[in-house]
Amino acid sequence: MKMSLSMTVNGVAREHEVEPRLLLVHYLREVLNLTGTHVGCDTSTCGACTVRLDGQAVKSCTMFAIQADGSEVKTIEGFAGEGGQLHPVQEGFWECHGLQCGYCTPGMIIAAAQLIERTPQPTEAQIRHGLEGNLCRCTGYQHIVEAVQYAAKKS
Amino acid sequence: MAKKFVGQSIKRTEDPRLIKGLGHYVDDIKLPETLHVAFVRSMYAHARVKEVDVSEAINAPGVVAVYTGADASALIGPVPCASALPDLKVPDHRVLATDKVYFVGHPIAAVVATNAYAARDAVDLIMVDYEELTPVVDVEEAAAEGGPFIHEKFGDNIAYKLTAGEGDIDAALAGADHVIKQRIVNQRLAPIAMEPRGVLARYLPGEEELTIWSSTQIPHLLRTQLALMIGMPENKLRVITPEVGGGFGSKLNVYAEEALLGWISMRLAKPVKWIETRRENMQATIHGRGQVGYLEIGCMNDGTLAGLRYNVFADLGAYYQLLTPAIPTLTGLMLSGCYKIPAIQINVTGVFTNKVATDAYRGAGRPEATYVVERALDLVAQELSMDVVEVRRKNFPAPEEFPFHTATGLFYDSGNYEGALKKALEMSDYAKLREEQAKARAEGRIVGIGVSTYVEICALGPSQAMPAGGWESATVRIEPTGKVTIMTGASPHGQGQETSFAQIAADELGVDIKDVTVIHGDTSIVQYGIGTFGSRATAVGGTAVFIAIQKLKEKAHKIASHLLQADATNVAFGESGFSLQKAKAAVASGVEVPEPDLPVGQAPAGALPEPETDGKHVTLQDVALAAHLAKDLPPDMEPGLSVTYFFEPKNFTFPFGTHIAVVEIDRETGDIKFQRYVAVDDCGKVINPMLVDGQIQGGIVQALGQALYEEVVYDEQGQLVTGTLMDYAIPKAAMLPHFELARTETPTDVNPLGVKGVGEAGTIGATPCIVNAVVDALAPFGVRHLDMPLKPETIWKLIH
Repeated sequence: MKMSLSMTVNGVAREHEVEPRLLLVHYLREVLNLTGTHVGCDTSTCGACTVRLDGQAVKSCTMFAIQADGSEVKTIEGFAGEGGQLHPVQEGFWECHGLQCGYCTPGMIIAAAQLIERTPQPTEAQIRHGLEGNLCRCTGYQHIVEAVQYAAKKS
Repeated sequence: MAKKFVGQSIKRTEDPRLIKGLGHYVDDIKLPETLHVAFVRSMYAHARVKEVDVSEAINAPGVVAVYTGADASALIGPVPCASALPDLKVPDHRVLATDKVYFVGHPIAAVVATNAYAARDAVDLIMVDYEELTPVVDVEEAAAEGGPFIHEKFGDNIAYKLTAGEGDIDAALAGADHVIKQRIVNQRLAPIAMEPRGVLARYLPGEEELTIWSSTQIPHLLRTQLALMIGMPENKLRVITPEVGGGFGSKLNVYAEEALLGWISMRLAKPVKWIETRRENMQATIHGRGQVGYLEIGCMNDGTLAGLRYNVFADLGAYYQLLTPAIPTLTGLMLSGCYKIPAIQINVTGVFTNKVATDAYRGAGRPEATYVVERALDLVAQELSMDVVEVRRKNFPAPEEFPFHTATGLFYDSGNYEGALKKALEMSDYAKLREEQAKARAEGRIVGIGVSTYVEICALGPSQAMPAGGWESATVRIEPTGKVTIMTGASPHGQGQETSFAQIAADELGVDIKDVTVIHGDTSIVQYGIGTFGSRATAVGGTAVFIAIQKLKEKAHKIASHLLQADATNVAFGESGFSLQKAKAAVASGVEVPEPDLPVGQAPAGALPEPETDGKHVTLQDVALAAHLAKDLPPDMEPGLSVTYFFEPKNFTFPFGTHIAVVEIDRETGDIKFQRYVAVDDCGKVINPMLVDGQIQGGIVQALGQALYEEVVYDEQGQLVTGTLMDYAIPKAAMLPHFELARTETPTDVNPLGVKGVGEAGTIGATPCIVNAVVDALAPFGVRHLDMPLKPETIWKLIH
């Protein structure tokens, strides 16, 4: 049994018939071929699959695509501004060496952007606390903290 | 030439694609008609497999094929182990289990279906009839006489025994004023690269070519081994490593799934893909550490070390992966630490257990050694009531004693241990820290200071000491348009060689870094290489790039001299290319410079431009063009401007440093909070300081994970308790201190770049530093040692 699904992804209206058990992350990756959203754990622990759903950063491996019916989704591919202008958080990650292997990075960037929206001038402790839902195994997080500080200054 | 790029914190050229989500990891590569594979894995640690019934699964919707051990294991060669040790017992490790399963997660059958969901569904339809056997879990019990035995044919669970070291250890310990003993555990850890493993295989029956995309650290070594396993010509097998989402040693390996996917693709003539789930990653990707050892260290009353013996049981797991038995031998090599110890002995007992194999995890045997040595030094200090800094200082070799010969048989290339220590003591204001600690203790607070002065072995390594070659390769090519292409065998997985190698090339060739492209990770494009592991990529692979450039410049110099019609000795290479030297140019201008005999412009419109020179100067780009047009080259010179060089290092390198941690323990909860973390690391010359800091920080956090949080737990039945990231605790941002980093720079003469390597330093130096700090904090409670991870619960019980 398939169900019809419609949502706006990165500003583009999408409609598909999908299995009700299809995870949102697999809809994005396999159906829409937006492979910037990654899967790192299957248990909602690592945050590599974080996307924006109606403005909120959510873990797309923990919900069905059909639950996002009628929603607006933004993935890392849609994060840069007009003309490819990098989002301040993307810029911060590049400037401050906030990534090594890059696998956690899209989710980390999306979580960090939400953090700055909620707390425009976060302290180091607030940044570290705010990123607790996202795991990085390469950087030791210090450069990620600096990347978020850079972005907060720019925002 | 002035260095514009080397030594600078250049932003990475890798990053734009990664921050936009446009990089391609294995699972991001989509091929038409791809089939998906899911595995049935053992739910028991030790069992006989009586029957595997696939009849229901094979008829399930979307299922194309199911393969069991009976189908595949006789047709695919064993999973390789590259370690050759005397009298090593080698189990026959097949890609799928046949009559027995040896660990939870041991693959039993592979389901192939039209999509990943259908494959996963069908896994549940396969009925495995197990006869449970007694699991062998504890490493020391496993080593004892009497069964049960994992591999019955061996008659015990001992994989090998090895004794190494120099000096008369019995005499040294007998003659020491004090001998201190301690049982020390380096618990099992899971590497947890954020991208799990993944394989995409595509066989083209017409071309008879097999391409395997794999998330690996060693594309070329993998190709060789897979060709042998599958039984196909190596030159018809292509391994591509796209973006790799971290490795930490776990992808320095050859896995059953990689061979099996290739084999399945050949049978079905379709692309097949398998992406590891995190649960599979915890069960069936290698673990690290897993050593239980008994330390004896002898010292004199003044703190001088007399001898060190370490009897260690290494938990190898049920099967070997690529380097499994070799890891404890690296522990043995590094047991001298950065100290003069006249006699050292390691006795390794490698033990089979019903667990997944241990193998190289960031540091690979050296963190274990450093932990033992640095704990030992603190035990000596405590025994003698000496300061932990003084007892270390007392036993350092002086800078002029290098190359320093250790009783483990190594020659350390260079070092200034006192220099790094002094800097760390100054940065942390150590004397004041001790005063503050005394005050805090008087107030009833629980504060500890930990020091670790480490040395590690890097730039692996001379080929004599490596199982499959320790060199690295580079091709440097200047294209007809003047763009520079570098191909390195050291394929990275987050380290940033696309940037750091471009920095080296841009400086050496006087070009902009934007004009350099670094290609890696495709065995059909890149010359044979070894890979990125053992903190070797820059020291060995970067050096190959550097030397290839020097050879390329020699050829370019000859072509330039020819174009300038000058003797090569009168032509100099500078930032804007090759120029007649001033003396010659001055003379030349007086006597009128003859017009050089330029290549004749016979090319039709739209063809390449001609090389240009004003007779005094020719750019590198024009030299490259002349080399490719080949219309006017020096006699007998071969056309083109490309050099491939294979660099063989003459020794390892030995980076070092001092880490100092200050912790405070919450009396009510046992929780550990960092007040300071100071790290002074010496990795020789630095190409990109920002990247080096990133390596150090990431390394320290993995060490901190071992010290405080991480532990792979198997229960008494051999069930994996820490089977997901909800149960296995890797550090999060809020658990960590802000690191204060600095460097000293002691170059090495092992390579012309003077670089030593940095990828594993943090993981090696930091673990004992943190444990030493916590033990120091708890010293007033009579604590002299604690086993990792240091859980608040354990600490709370000690306090109360």
